[in-house]
This record gives sequence, structure tokens and C-alpha cells, in this order.
Amino acid sequence: MLGAAAAAITVLAACAGEGAQSLPSPERPLTVVGQFELHSLDPSTSGGFFTRLQVAETLVDADLRGALQPGLATGWETSPDGLTWRFPVRPDALFHDGTSVTAAAVADALNTARTKAGTPLATVPVTAISADGGNLRVDLAKPFAPLAAVLAHTSTQILAPSSYGPDRTVTTVVGSGPYRVERLEQPATVELTAFEQWQGSKPAITEVVYQAAGRSESRALMAESGQADVTFGMDPTSLQRLKQAGKLTIADVTLPRTILLKVNAGHAILGDVRVRRALSMALDRDSMATALLRDPEMAATQLFPPSLPEWHQDAITPLAHDPSGARELLAEAGWRPGSDGILEQDGRKFSVTLRTFPDRPELPIIATAVQAKLKEVGIALDVKVGNSSEIPAGHQDGSLELGLYARNYALVPDALVTLAGDFGPDGADYGAMGWNNTELTSTLDTMAGTADPDVLNSGRQQITRILQSELPVIPVAWYRQSAVVSPRVQGLVLDPLERSWRLADLSWAK
Amino acid sequence: MGISSATPRIPAGPVLRVIRQRALQAAAVVLLVSTACFAIIQSLPGDIAFRIAAGRYGYDQVTAASADTVRAELGLDRPAWQQLLDWLGDLAALDLGTSLVTGASVAGELGLYLSSSLQLAAAALAIALLVGATAGTLAASRPGGILDRITTLWVSGARSLPPFLLGLVLILVLSVHLGVLPAAGHGAAGNIVLPAATLAVGLSGLFARVTRDTVAQIRQSEYVRFAATKGLGARLVFLRHVLRNAGVTLLSYLGVQLLILIEGVVVVESLFAWPGLGHALVHAIFWRDLPMIQATALALALLVVALNTLVDLGALALDPRPRRREVVL
Repeated sequence: MLGAAAAAITVLAACAGEGAQSLPSPERPLTVVGQFELHSLDPSTSGGFFTRLQVAETLVDADLRGALQPGLATGWETSPDGLTWRFPVRPDALFHDGTSVTAAAVADALNTARTKAGTPLATVPVTAISADGGNLRVDLAKPFAPLAAVLAHTSTQILAPSSYGPDRTVTTVVGSGPYRVERLEQPATVELTAFEQWQGSKPAITEVVYQAAGRSESRALMAESGQADVTFGMDPTSLQRLKQAGKLTIADVTLPRTILLKVNAGHAILGDVRVRRALSMALDRDSMATALLRDPEMAATQLFPPSLPEWHQDAITPLAHDPSGARELLAEAGWRPGSDGILEQDGRKFSVTLRTFPDRPELPIIATAVQAKLKEVGIALDVKVGNSSEIPAGHQDGSLELGLYARNYALVPDALVTLAGDFGPDGADYGAMGWNNTELTSTLDTMAGTADPDVLNSGRQQITRILQSELPVIPVAWYRQSAVVSPRVQGLVLDPLERSWRLADLSWAK
Repeated sequence: MGISSATPRIPAGPVLRVIRQRALQAAAVVLLVSTACFAIIQSLPGDIAFRIAAGRYGYDQVTAASADTVRAELGLDRPAWQQLLDWLGDLAALDLGTSLVTGASVAGELGLYLSSSLQLAAAALAIALLVGATAGTLAASRPGGILDRITTLWVSGARSLPPFLLGLVLILVLSVHLGVLPAAGHGAAGNIVLPAATLAVGLSGLFARVTRDTVAQIRQSEYVRFAATKGLGARLVFLRHVLRNAGVTLLSYLGVQLLILIEGVVVVESLFAWPGLGHALVHAIFWRDLPMIQATALALALLVVALNTLVDLGALALDPRPRRREVVL
């Protein structure tokens, strides 16, 4: 019986022909596996899919340290009043359909991008985007220094006019990058071929297949079996196992992404800064990073990770685990242990709810660790794992008490843009809630209007200091992105900004 | 009526009756499932516009602003009955609409998911039937014999192994160690083998059991013994009398299992990154993608009706004995 089944499987396996490891390297495409599924082609909702695959370009690019670089634009210049920006479009650039990348096509793409709610460009005080000879011209209502950084955001990728349907919805992806889309099978498969008329250095690997796999176990096995050449989105346990096995290379980079607790500072209990500090002191970040993320260095000591060197302050007093200090602060704030060990004040129990979501698999686990640690200081925490949208929804209707999520501060390479949104006077869905600091607001305003490095530098220090002492969000851990690389390929360098997977720089191992 | 011929024809009356009944059933199912789906989604907790925005923009970018855009664009403020009537109207015009999350045509997406699920189910069923029915028939030839006992062991073993674990074991053996098959994915030639085999292992045990019992029972029946007595060879008895009679039971069983397969392969689909119906439905519910949920649920419901019809017709063909007294002349 078992034999019959085994025979059936073997026969099928033989019929299937293409074994995972049976072909020599260059005869099959580079296989990239990740957790992201492709649900939309629109730049505002495709989450940078096509910039990562180097199909589409943005006007401005960023290097591995986040410094802005020319992209589809050869550079940029600003008028003295800071209200008009000009981006000369790379003159010989071609879209994959063979048409040239004109300033008018770029203006059309950006004007479409501008209309999409919730994207960084929609928040910039733009009055007009137009073609001005070979330049793209942006007119502003007031100076906005980080404009070039916003035009490096993936939602501003430039697609050819032929990408859009009659109502400006994206029907196919025709970009101008080193790879063009050969075949798309939503939601899981994308096939790419090197674009022959690409003017930059030619990719050494000419065919690429991207395959989405939802479960991290599947991805690990795809990497282990040699089916995948580059695998993203490994869970900590699989990664550790593969590291110990030692057959595959692991590339990693710390991301400017922080796992944090959003605190409703307008809440009756959490509004007291002493309570927020006590919450922070109750957290054992080192243990969480070691046991849950399997990466002790990722314990956050401040909001900004070292991968944001301009914002990370080595000199600042680090956030540390201090349960007795937390108890003292809570006592100072008027909280006394009740008969069941839970803190009480005027008959009210210290009981709050934390909302999080499972899209990033470590979040629910961290939430339960937070729950255990807060219980030690007498705080009853109810953890609710739901949909990611419950955090913005709870922010809007005011019902959110604590939210746990990961925030990337460099989706726009200049973190200032994200911070200005997150910690502005009205707060933000993924930023402060019920918290306002006039000093911070005016510092952010000043920084948005200047390019003076000294002003910017002291502004960054001030912002980091205020966030560290006021704790409108409580940092928990930083983030390391890892990719498992098969011995068949070499040259993978991860981009901390997650803008590109730099597949064009890879080559087959000799 | 004269003497029945060797190959009895299916009478047209019962066939038409089956089709008529099932068509009515299909119409009722469409109405009921659509309305029920709609009511359930509306009553789920959480703001629908936020959920849809989370699906569209990803968790980094779902904000109140994007949720408001979604609400305005989709007219989610309208009264629920109006939205339901719109959907039913579109459905009457055979328009399944566009996905609220991806913006693509639901019919197109559904076609892709449905065909991948059907492919997977059919492949699994074929393997299971081949292995299970063969083993069951062989086991029935000597009840209590060694083969029979091995089959019993296989049945309990295969059923107690969760598909998820079995899938992992198969990947480890055939992909990681032997390297003969791709571990997961969709689109390449060998991709279907492992998920289909995972599903087939559990199912083959059941088929073996059912086939064994049915065949053993039929072998004991008087007509089989009579056929042997009148001098038919063992092979002819098996083909003409045993197999055909066992077929009626097996066919009904097959129909039920196929349904369970199509609707219950979510775990296997997610392990093997197979873009099937289960995968689509789970995502659609998570994002409150109403047209997609409605269409997927409808497709599943109609599939039940269609399969039942096919099973009924198949049974009619295999077993020509009239089912109603009035047909007997």
C-alpha cells in the first residue's frame, strides 16, 4: 500500500520533469521568494513591488545609507524662494514599450499619484506638477525641503502612458528600469526579463521569477531545497536553523523600522507621562529580542535604530528594564496594588487593551511578552489580535488604548517626512494619539523649511530627546531584514530602505 | 416491457427530473447564499472601509484618509439593503463586479482560483482513487488477509496524520533531501505533485476502506454467487457484477469527497503557496472584499449543486433500477 503510494508519487515526480536542483545554474531563471503577494498594480497600493524588482524607477533614488541619488531625474534644483523645483529627466531613458520617458509622461504619472489618498505626495503642499521642456517642474504653495525625498517614495514610481487605462487605473506595468515584466499571474507569480535597451550596466542575470509564498515554513523549505535562490521574510526560528546548517548564505541589514507601542495619551490612565515611562521601564527588551526575535542587538534603546544614523543619538540615556523603578513611578502616579495584585486608583483598576495584528508574525508574540511583563508590575493587559486596520480605526474613534506595530521611518528616505506626519499637533494613525508638544511641532516646521545642516542636526537631536522623555510611542525593538541566498548566486546587498532588491547587481556564482 | 437488454439505457424521464430539480435548487441557493453572505459581512465587527483599505494599501499605509477614500468611492455609506439590491441586480445581469481590494474583475480572479483548486482536487482525487480503490479491491479479495490488515493500518495512519504535517514531511523528503520536486509555488510543471499527493494520502485511505467494505459485501451477495454458479469466470463476475455495483456507492462517496477537497484545502493551499479558492476566500473575508466573498461563496455553493447533479446522473447511468414506483410499468 505504502509502496503503491510511493510509486504513484515517484511516477508523477518523474513526469514532472524539472527537478528542483537538476539543472545547472544559468539555465533556469533566478527565483526570488517572498511573503508579499501582488494584489494591485497601482503604484500607490502595490507597496513598492515594482521598484524592488527594478521594473519601475522613481525620479529620485537613494543609496544604501539613504542619501538621495539621481534616479530618472539627473539631479534637481530649487528656486531661491524654495517654491519651484526642477528635475531634468534623463534624456535617453526609455520605457519598456520603446517610447521615451518624457517630462510630460513623468508629470502625468505624478499627477495621478498625487490624487491617491494616504501617500506622501498627497500631503506635500503642491500647486502644480508640469513638464517644462526636458524638466519636470513642481510648484509649491510653501517651501518643502524634503520634496526630493518624497519623490523617491515608491508610490511616485513613473510608469509609461501605456500602463494606464482610460480612467487612469493601472492595467499593465510598463516601467523604465533594468527589468521588464514578462508575465504576471496575480497574486503570486511575476516573471521578469532584462530590458535590452536599458542604458545602465546590464544585469548579469537576465531572467527572474518572483514567487510569493504565504507561510514562512514554506519559504524556508523552498530555500533549503534549492528551489529559491533568494528568500525574504524568514521567521527567526527557521533563520536560526538555516544559519546553523551553514549551507546557505544569510544576508542581513538593520532596517529603519521600529516595533513600538502606540499609547493613547488622551486616555484617563495613559495620559500621565509617569505611567508611560513606567510602562517602558517594565518592558524587558533584551529578553524579548533574544528569545523572540533571536537577535539580542535588536532590543530598542530609543525610537530610531542605528540604521538611521542622522537620527539615532548615541549620547541619549537608553530605555532600560527597571521593574522596581516602574513600580515607584506608578506609586508616585497614585496607583496602589489591589487585593488581586492589580494596581488600583480610586476604585479603578489599571486594566488596558492592546491591539495588534498578525501580518508580521512576531507582533502577536511580542504582545504576549509585553502582557507578561506588565503583569509583573500590576497592570492587567488584554491583548487583541485582529486586522491591521483596527489601529487607525481605533485612533479615529478614540477607542484605542495601546497598539503594537512596526513603523518604517524611511519609506521616504528623509525620516522627517514621516515624523512630521506622525508627531504633528493632531497626531496620526501610526503616530502620536492625544499628544501634542509645541516645541516638537515648531522644530519639525523649521526643519521642513530649511536645508541648513546645522539647523537640521540640532533639530534631530531635539526631536529624539523629546520623544525619549515624553514617550508618545514606546519603542520595543528594532528590525533586521534577512535574506537567505543560495550558493548559486553572489552579490546580494540588502537595501535598508527596502526600496530595491538590487537583483540587477547579482551574478551567478562561478 | 420486454426482457431487459444487456446494456440498459438511461430513461430520459428521470434525467430530466434530476436536472429540473437541481436547476431550481441552484436558483434558490444563489439567492440564499448571496443574502446570507451579505448579512454576515455587514454584521461582522470592525469598520468595513478600514478593512478594505488595509487590503488595498497594506498595513503600512492604511490610514483614516485612505479609508475615507474607499468609503466614498464604494458608496459604503448607502443603506445596506440598497447595496444588496445592487449586487443582486448585477448578478441577474451575470456581472460579478470588481474586487474592492484589487480592482480587478471578480469573474477573472475567480476563474483563476477556481481552476487551480479544481486542478488540485482532480489530481488528488485521481491519485487517491487509483491507489485507494486498487488497494481496497485487493484487500476485499481475501478479507482478514495480510493485505486487508495492511490497508486497515494505512487507513488509520493516513487519517491520523494532519495534512500540514504530511505536507512538510513530503517536502522534506522529496524536495529538500532528494531534490526531485519543487517545494512550493504555482505555475511550474512539477508544482502540483506535492500538494496533490498530500491530499491524496489521507483520501486514499478512506477510498480503500469504502471500496474494501463495498466489494466484500457485494462478493457475499446472492447475485454474485449466482453469477459464479452459472459459470461466469471470476474476471467477468468482477467486471460486470462487482465493479458496477460497487461503482454506485463509490461514485456517491467520490462526489462528497471532491466537495470536501475543494472546500477544505486551505491548509494545504497555504503551505504550498497554491492560489486556490480557499486562499481567495480567506483573504476576501479578512479584507471584507464583498464581491469576492459573494462570488467565491456562490461558486462553492453552485459547485455543490453541480457535483450532486453529476453524481445523481452518474448513479442513474450505473444503476438503472427505477427510483419511483410510478415509473415501473
